Amino acid sequence: MDKKTYSAMVKELSPSSPIFMDIVKAFFGGGAICLFGEILRNFYIMRGIDSKSALTWVAITLILIAQLFTGLGIYDKAAKHLGAGANVPITGFANAVVSPAMEYHTEGLILGLGAKLFTIAGPVIVYGTAASVLAGLLYYFKEVLMK
Amino acid sequence: MNYITAFVIGGLICVIGQLLIDLTKLTPARILVLYVVAGVFLGLFGVYEPLVRYAGAGATVPLTGFGYALFGGVKEAVDKYGFLGVFTGGLTATAGGIAAAIVFGFLIALAFRPKEK
Amino acid sequence: MSNRMGKQTVVFKNPPHIFAAAAVGGNEEGKGPLAKYFDKIFTDAYLGEASWEHAESKLQFHAVNMLLEKSGVPASNIDMMFGGDLINQCTSSYFAARDLALPLYGIYGACSTMGEGMQLAAMAVAGGFAKKTVAVTSSHFCSSEKQFRFPLEYGGQRPPTAQWTVTASGAVLITDGECIDTECPKITHITTGKIIDMGITDANNMGAAMAPAAADTLKAHFSDTGFKPSDYDLIVTGDLGMLGKELLKRLLLEYNIDIAPYYDDCGCMIYDIDRQDKHCGASGCGCSASVFGGYLFHLMQTRKIKKLLFMPTGALMSPLSCQQGDSISGIAHALRIEVN
Repeated sequence: MDKKTYSAMVKELSPSSPIFMDIVKAFFGGGAICLFGEILRNFYIMRGIDSKSALTWVAITLILIAQLFTGLGIYDKAAKHLGAGANVPITGFANAVVSPAMEYHTEGLILGLGAKLFTIAGPVIVYGTAASVLAGLLYYFKEVLMK
Repeated sequence: MNYITAFVIGGLICVIGQLLIDLTKLTPARILVLYVVAGVFLGLFGVYEPLVRYAGAGATVPLTGFGYALFGGVKEAVDKYGFLGVFTGGLTATAGGIAAAIVFGFLIALAFRPKEK
Repeated sequence: MSNRMGKQTVVFKNPPHIFAAAAVGGNEEGKGPLAKYFDKIFTDAYLGEASWEHAESKLQFHAVNMLLEKSGVPASNIDMMFGGDLINQCTSSYFAARDLALPLYGIYGACSTMGEGMQLAAMAVAGGFAKKTVAVTSSHFCSSEKQFRFPLEYGGQRPPTAQWTVTASGAVLITDGECIDTECPKITHITTGKIIDMGITDANNMGAAMAPAAADTLKAHFSDTGFKPSDYDLIVTGDLGMLGKELLKRLLLEYNIDIAPYYDDCGCMIYDIDRQDKHCGASGCGCSASVFGGYLFHLMQTRKIKKLLFMPTGALMSPLSCQQGDSISGIAHALRIEVN
């Protein structure tokens, strides 16, 4: 049997993800986290914080809660069901920062916890920053030089 | 009060992520990268701004919002400081979230041990 | 070369005996259908240690200790031990052997390691190089997740083809015939597996990566020895899981070999897959080792089965090779074990 035939056989027999339920759970999970974010945003705005700073406070609060839940061993259990609903919000980023840091604490504070903190989330910062610089260049040439 | 729009838009952005997980071989880590980069360029093309106005946290809490914030910072800094802003704007605007993730992450990793699933 | 039969098989004129076997497991294994066949279940995933890696080493230590205790053979009478695991540079096995003070050959064959160890131990005994040997392997869910997948607390969804690495260790004591009980199960034939690669790159689909190797070794075993599937009461593969099991049956049908009536897979036996939410089943070095050391050895001792083909299967890869885009090769080693 050649590789192509085998690959087709594997595909045929492989169980597929329960897409409909996954989507429903991701929608409600992700939606709930965003709704909570919106409640927090209004809370901060009502406390007299300007709307831009309020967004940063929302991010900080969600990060703290998500990382605390990760420490308590709750976040991974919720994410198992919520899938992208728990990965895609900023809380998923927070979980991706703290979980390897916890895991590699046994390898020491510097090369363990310190270095591994960014094993999963690091690429987000790397590509996010690189993309923002590239977008910034485009914006600069468009806005500033074209005038 | 745009609680409903926050819920629905935030939920839909997550649904796109779920479809990518289930239908492609993309891992969540790759999807996070994709989302941030997408957010930056959606910001650049002016598409994300109206969504943020419409859905509030529903658009800023997903990681595309992080990308949008990176670009928003760059834009503001370029307007203010010129070319230097290309480099300084992104991380300045997102410094709060990044510092929080690092510091809280550090403290929680010190305090808790991973458990068996 | 009179001990050889066909291309890949060794036949033992004085078949080595499996004098005793032991299995220890973790929490999830203790909730599975084979729970009562484990000699000990550890409910603390850390086993009182500071790290997952040390916990796994402790598992192996306890499995061998339990084996020696059950058999009444003192550690000083063990001539050599063949040990392996999945952790970088096999530290779990080395640390366990250090604490046991036993002469060790550290081996690696991914999840096929128990087959590899039992084959080497049997040959050492049959060749007259050792009288009493131990083969042992272990795996730990948490140390494997950490090394091969994601941190434990990371919120990821496991794809439906994923398998669950067992937290368990199994050990067997393989001895020459003269010493003991003639009623012990004997290893009569072993078939060494070739590495087979069908181009699977999905690290979450180990069953598909290993099934072709299992098919190849079985085919070689049948053609080398002249045995048929019906010459066995039970044919058991290591950790192909639900998908790999189906694939193996299909692959062998291409060669007109029908193993289905006699066939099962350790990866499908150790958990109640639906109730324990284990997707495609179990995997890991400790899977076949503990199922053999507990359940299968019990079946043979009680004569519920008399002729067993035991074939641990391994997926050969590392996180590095996967990241470099290499495909995952498979390997499988088969042992024919008989009891009177």
